[in-house]
Amino acid sequence: MTTTTLAKAINDGLRHALSTDPSVLLLGEDIGRLGGVFRVTDGLCADFGPARVVDTPLGEAGIVGTAVGLAMRGYRPVCEIQFDGFVYPAVNQIISQLAKYRHRSGGRIAMPVVIRIPYGGGIGSIEHHSESPEAYFAHTPGLKVVTCATPGDAFTMIGQAVSSDDPVIFLEPKRRYWTKGELNGAPPLDLHRARTVRTGSDLTLVAYGPLVAPALEAARIAEEEGRSVEVIDLRSLAPLDTDTVMASVLRTGRLVVTHEASRTHGIGAEITARVQEEAFYALEAPVLRVTGYDTPYPPSRLEEDWLPGVDRMLDAVDRSLAH
Amino acid sequence: MPRTSAKTKDRHDPIQLLTPQGEAVTDARLPFDPSGADLPALYRDMVLARRLDTEAIALQRQGELGLWPSLFGQEAAQIGAARALRPADMVFPTYREHGVAWCRGLDPASLLGLFRGTTLGGWDPRDVNFNLYTLVIGAQTLHAVGYAMGIVRDTGRITGTDRGRDTGSDFADPAVEHPVDPADPTDPTDPAVLAFLGDGALSEGETNEAFIWATTQSLPVVFFCQNNQWAISAPYSVQSTVPVAQRAAGFGLPGIRVDGNDVLACLAATRSALHTARTGGGPTLIEAFTYRRNAHTTADDASRYRETAEEKEWAAKDPISRVRDHLVNTGAADPAYFAGIEAEAQTFAEGLRSRCRALPEPDPALPFEHTYAEMTPELRRQLAEHRAYLTSLREMSDLSGERA
Ligand SMILES: Cc1ncc(C[n+]2csc(CCOP(=O)(O)OP(=O)(O)O)c2C)c(N)n1
Repeated sequence: MTTTTLAKAINDGLRHALSTDPSVLLLGEDIGRLGGVFRVTDGLCADFGPARVVDTPLGEAGIVGTAVGLAMRGYRPVCEIQFDGFVYPAVNQIISQLAKYRHRSGGRIAMPVVIRIPYGGGIGSIEHHSESPEAYFAHTPGLKVVTCATPGDAFTMIGQAVSSDDPVIFLEPKRRYWTKGELNGAPPLDLHRARTVRTGSDLTLVAYGPLVAPALEAARIAEEEGRSVEVIDLRSLAPLDTDTVMASVLRTGRLVVTHEASRTHGIGAEITARVQEEAFYALEAPVLRVTGYDTPYPPSRLEEDWLPGVDRMLDAVDRSLAH
Repeated sequence: MPRTSAKTKDRHDPIQLLTPQGEAVTDARLPFDPSGADLPALYRDMVLARRLDTEAIALQRQGELGLWPSLFGQEAAQIGAARALRPADMVFPTYREHGVAWCRGLDPASLLGLFRGTTLGGWDPRDVNFNLYTLVIGAQTLHAVGYAMGIVRDTGRITGTDRGRDTGSDFADPAVEHPVDPADPTDPTDPAVLAFLGDGALSEGETNEAFIWATTQSLPVVFFCQNNQWAISAPYSVQSTVPVAQRAAGFGLPGIRVDGNDVLACLAATRSALHTARTGGGPTLIEAFTYRRNAHTTADDASRYRETAEEKEWAAKDPISRVRDHLVNTGAADPAYFAGIEAEAQTFAEGLRSRCRALPEPDPALPFEHTYAEMTPELRRQLAEHRAYLTSLREMSDLSGERA
């Protein structure tokens, strides 16, 4: 077993992809000599050269737009967007072009492009450095949107994302970059599958990315109070693995969904709707959401309280179980 | 008397009016009478701007700020450009223009709030006509253009579009030949806009859109690009194969390349370009060729991507010491003057430190209150939920405090 950080696990995954598939190339600002501002691409330029690990000009539309063209020539570009808040200049290329090529070309043109985005808050950054943009992308047909919570998943999922013939928005929970874990622990799951990371019988707690660890912590504390909480790591936000969520809710009868992104029209809303459509009679309590508020991400002095954390999750568990 | 530099100038040689040795020179491409500049005052501005920077870095190291983008090495570019402005002109900065903020009269402590995490803005841009810092690269160039469109509409004045103009040359718009005296009564009083950007920002689509809008409508906006040669780890060669100023020609606006470590050249070029803007001559792109002497921000490690030899070379072109040499050599300032400024900088730094620590902590309601003009019913519910949660947290910690 190898123990490594989440950032290093992605680095290893990219290294593996670069060495096994000559059509893979990396594009991004500062990903070469600097190794990216989070050092996720550290050493890759030195080993694979600047033609495969490309330091691009400072333009996100350019990074994604050229990836579209490269994909047409049979390449598999992996783009790095430096921070979540800087993906928006590229959104036109992502939503209008990248997501729609397969459909527009009647299935003839594939877009095997990965867009890696360090995302989420909790690291004391300034504005535009802590955004959770997943719902914008998950709302766009044609895109796969995934996020990893552990080094093991990070390693396998980046490989699967690169091999995918569809465009993948690969969200990296930046506050988890430095957390360590096993590289070859759990057997790899398909990219679109959710994972039950802790079993329980009283309530289902659904989380993803940065909030999987706090959700597990909440479940651990709940257990001390005699409550058995099942925790599901969604892993994939589009497509959603509703089978795993539904099977759990049918057993527990209670559901709490948590994410950092603001509440309204978020991933939690979609899961809530699906569960009430398909598992209405199994529910013992209303589905609850523990999310960021419907405000811009606050200045960092406020983020600790603003972000959904263990305490707010436990409150929701209490409220659900009070029914 | 200033002499003309004997060296034949390449068109792309940056215009210099004060050499690194502190000698005043002239350049036919940018006629300027140095008596129109208050060099001792410019010197003071640069010293205080650098001190602000040094203090902010120290505060970051002490954990008082989360991050700081240093201006070290870019004092002349910022002070020169800023001192060409009039109060009614509007400035659109990036996130590094602390020296410009200083010249605009913005309370320097309010700059710190953004980097301390107490605010996402921290001041009213209209107070001193200095916009909020913009962290998303290039975005502010379009805001500057829109603001300039507003000025044209409000003043109803004739623009270059109305009278037609030759946009063929990359230097020497006629107005550039007109040495501008800030006190010149014939200089129109209409406001103009000064937008700052980095060399990396030139690669963003939005910046290129800004140039197109500004030129086709001949707007009163000046784009001041501090080419500090690096966009984090990317050298300028990643962004372009031609000098910044030369890129202007393709858009149809004049490009002026000045020595960005020469406060006089930066002042003269900006004054001239602002005059062009005010008189309906349209936009100008100024390239201040300079160097970012520190890492990109306090979170960056420049040793990973650049050589110390380059850093040494630029240390020898320091923007402040050349003004000091000039003042000493010409007898314009005596040791008492420099000692006075040093003492002022010391007091300034001490004040900044204590004011940083005293910056008010934000109220948890802040994001809720300022998301919309009026809080929506849903946000009111969410704020109540949040307040109840914070109260329960406090009660919990009080309880555990009692137990302990
Ligand atoms: C749209 C966008 N992309 C990426 C970034 C990350 N980033 C911050 S500063 C910077 C380099 C900017 O270089 P330049 O424009 O030359 O300005 P300088 O910082 O050198 O003054 C980058 C890539 C950003 N802030 N915004």
